[in-house]
Amino acid sequence: MTDRSHNPSPQAKIAVRGLTMAYGDFVVMRDLDFEVMEKDIFVIMGGSGCGKSTLLRHLIGLREPAKGSILYEGKDFTATDPAERGAFIQRFGVMYQSGALWSSLTLAENIALPIEENTSLPPKAIQDLVSYKLSLVGLSGYEDYYPADISGGMNKRAGIARAMALDPDILFLDEPGAGLDPLSSRRLDDLILRLRDSLGSTVVIVTHELASIFAIANNSIFLDTATRTQGATGNPKQLRDHSDNPAVRTFLRRGEDESPSSNSPS
Amino acid sequence: MPPNDPPPPSACWKQEDGRVVLELSGDWRRDGPAPVIEGEPPDQAPDRYATDALGAFDSTLPAFLLAHLRGVANPDAADTPLDGLPPDLRGLMELALAVPEESESGRKKKPASNLRTLGKRALRIWAGFLSVAEFVGLSVLAFGRLLTGRARFRGRDFWMILQECGPQALPIVTLINFLIGLILAFVGNVQLASFGASLYVADLVGIAMVREMGVVMTAIILSGRTGAAFAAHLGSMKANEEIDALKTFGFDPFDFLVLPRILALVLMMPLLTIYANVVGILGGMLVGSAVGIPPVLYWNETLTAVDLTTASLGVFKSVFFGAAIAISGCLQGMHAGNSSAAVGQATTRAVVAAITAVIVLDSAFAAIFTVLDI
Repeated sequence: MTDRSHNPSPQAKIAVRGLTMAYGDFVVMRDLDFEVMEKDIFVIMGGSGCGKSTLLRHLIGLREPAKGSILYEGKDFTATDPAERGAFIQRFGVMYQSGALWSSLTLAENIALPIEENTSLPPKAIQDLVSYKLSLVGLSGYEDYYPADISGGMNKRAGIARAMALDPDILFLDEPGAGLDPLSSRRLDDLILRLRDSLGSTVVIVTHELASIFAIANNSIFLDTATRTQGATGNPKQLRDHSDNPAVRTFLRRGEDESPSSNSPS
Repeated sequence: MPPNDPPPPSACWKQEDGRVVLELSGDWRRDGPAPVIEGEPPDQAPDRYATDALGAFDSTLPAFLLAHLRGVANPDAADTPLDGLPPDLRGLMELALAVPEESESGRKKKPASNLRTLGKRALRIWAGFLSVAEFVGLSVLAFGRLLTGRARFRGRDFWMILQECGPQALPIVTLINFLIGLILAFVGNVQLASFGASLYVADLVGIAMVREMGVVMTAIILSGRTGAAFAAHLGSMKANEEIDALKTFGFDPFDFLVLPRILALVLMMPLLTIYANVVGILGGMLVGSAVGIPPVLYWNETLTAVDLTTASLGVFKSVFFGAAIAISGCLQGMHAGNSSAAVGQATTRAVVAAITAVIVLDSAFAAIFTVLDI
């Protein structure tokens, strides 16, 4: 199941090679090796505190790897000079765990800011873009609300709208479903699937919500807290039924006994 | 003791056929009497429990048992004998022992020696100096980018900050400096009147306000008002990942957040200082007219005492004070930890650092001006 070949396949959007993440002397995860293909919905999963968000922060260049490298379309992202890395980063859209909307700006200003600073569009065009992005996530009419005035779920959706502001190649979402009720979480999953299908972007999601994982992911990596390295990579449904790593199977079955997979959501 | 008082909790260690038995009895309650422990606690987990006389219990009993079990060498959870405990207590103990100590916390904390603590503290102070030096250097570089037009921040943000640290500070700056002028005049008049030289109150107030008090008081007000606001704002932006969000859109957080704040305070401090000087002199004038110096006379006396050189000294200093306050606030905000408590600490540190920096800089300026004989 685990692919440990060291030649990047031609179509790999993101390739992580021997990545070790550490805070000072404390190693969070070592020897991570995986690939994300174009148009994948790729899930980073694992127990609480195992380093999922840390891995995401490495992927978007907010932290430097202690060892190993991260390749985007075959180019080494971690070794590039700042200017080239900036060009890479502009192709990412990131939604942070709490939404992380700029609290002193309205929703419209939040989405407009990256567009204003990175393009030379006239104000009217930017305004139209903002309305379009907000309506994609079901928030049209909320342009002039401040992040503090709307609910947590709406903040997350607005966060996704802002992440999509510059039509990113790769969308990174940090725990989009956490803290949402099951229905909102489900709607968010639908939203992610439809955005991927219609925009053709690659999506990398940090989550540990099994329902979401099985509903949307076609590829995944499991970070194992006990061994401090990756437990498995692959399609989560296959991992649940056929992974040779018991920790992965246990996680994907919520620790329940191995039952026939007929009652699985599909 | 009343007859219906509950039996006191007790734990009794016994040996039976070479096996350790722990006999538990009485009611174990938070608000009851302290448990009585009989016998020497052995260096092993009890092999069996005797609980026939055990009454009601809350968390105190499982806590007592767990502390003993953790204290002895063993604690391999599955093997710990729990025979003889009532089912509910047994369930709680199994739950508590299910995960061995510190298996998930990962980092084990070793108690540090005093020497190590001292060394760490010294290194932290040094690191603090380095971070200030680095931040000042970054500010200078950012100013360079600003002058060559490569720094990016929102004009609207800049005007908002300018308004918050300038015009909105006017009421408090007015009040404090008016009262300072008043106080200086009162104190001066008491001394000067005994020489019949009351008119020189104008000289005293004018020179003191313009050289020192106006700029120092304004700087201290802005340290508490604006420096704290900068630290709290940037600190909570950091805690909320808003600064990370800026980075991923390719903004330089330093240019975007710190530069407009430094710029705003450096522009506003001199203006506020000039205003504070005038207000302070007016305060003195009020006292002057109360003790019989006509305002026109007072004003003329002030003008002869305060020449342009004296007047410009305070304004000159205010530029540096403004930069020091803004840098303290922004530095602490940008380096704050990721929690609400950390934001509070950052704010405190920012105000303390800003006031310290202002006073230390002022002393340095006093020494320099004395050497230069200004």
